[in-house]
Amino acid sequence: MSAENTVHAHDAGHGEHQGMDKKRIMKVFWILTAITCVEFFIALVVAPRLSPGLHQMVNPAYIILTLFKAYFIVAFFMHLKFEKAGLILAIIVPILFIIGLILVLTNESHYWIDLRKVLM
Amino acid sequence: MSTAVAQHVDEVKSTPWSGGKSPFDVEYGKMMMWFFLLSDAFTFSTLLISYGALRFSAPTWPSPSLVFQSFPGLIEHGAPLVFVGLMTFILIGSSVTMVLAVEAGHRNSKKEVVTWMLFTILGGLMFLGCQALEWTHLHSEGFWWGHVPTEEVMKEFFKGNVPLSQMTMTSHQFANLFFTITGFHGFHVFSGVVINIVITINVLLGTYAKRGSYLMVEKIGLYWHFVDLVWVFVFTFFYLV
Repeated sequence: MSAENTVHAHDAGHGEHQGMDKKRIMKVFWILTAITCVEFFIALVVAPRLSPGLHQMVNPAYIILTLFKAYFIVAFFMHLKFEKAGLILAIIVPILFIIGLILVLTNESHYWIDLRKVLM
Repeated sequence: MSTAVAQHVDEVKSTPWSGGKSPFDVEYGKMMMWFFLLSDAFTFSTLLISYGALRFSAPTWPSPSLVFQSFPGLIEHGAPLVFVGLMTFILIGSSVTMVLAVEAGHRNSKKEVVTWMLFTILGGLMFLGCQALEWTHLHSEGFWWGHVPTEEVMKEFFKGNVPLSQMTMTSHQFANLFFTITGFHGFHVFSGVVINIVITINVLLGTYAKRGSYLMVEKIGLYWHFVDLVWVFVFTFFYLV
């Protein structure tokens, strides 16, 4: 109880924690809304008109836009951008394991495709 | 000489990792919430990456723009992404009201915290309601864990001519993965709503006003934003890709 009190008093002191006022919150909200609208625009308007060759560009576009949204949610809504560097690194660096799993399972799924060709 | 040495020792002790202060400068519970969310991020990643690997290796897949083209209760066909778009905006909106509750907590404004928390709870309940409609709709078409629609219904969900064996196999994979992953996410939303209600009752009782800090609102806020974050990925990989 008193520990929380002390931490909060300390937080209020160094100014960085006032990082998110109402104006900035609404700004982030409009950015997230705009990115979602761009995704809809790609899905409903752009994608159906693309030639099959260009169609492969659509999924990377979705993923890049999603990562942008994730950045804005984590950095501003979850306030991570304003935390100490140590905490930021402690949360972000382990995410590299997820990238590792993506690479491993992408490779594995190529093998599954070949396996299916052999079996069928 | 000895003074210089003493100063040098003092300098060393002033860095964040030299002891005597918290290097992360966050309260214990908030740090633990971050580490819990990191572990939850791994759980959701394994689910989504398994989905990706299965879908990537499948010869065909039910097309999202054909499976999700209804607005339950209003439009039966031809409205791809409209309903899920509404769900996404509801969840992003409830994330915004959550930050506003946290911001009001920094100003120790009890009344505003309660208002924004109630809006957040409402957003969460609306999202759960939408998901219930979506599940009911898919279930009425014949999708469920281990169940797929009849051949005529399934044909509508695939582009081009796909053999029945492939349609059945990939529809099974789609149904199992869809209900497991959105179900796991929905369970998180449900837990979040319950915890939000508990926190709101505590705010009303004046627990945090007595404590002098609304840090608990910040902690549940982190959880709530994480649920929103996961939905952003579920939305992309189930509905867009």
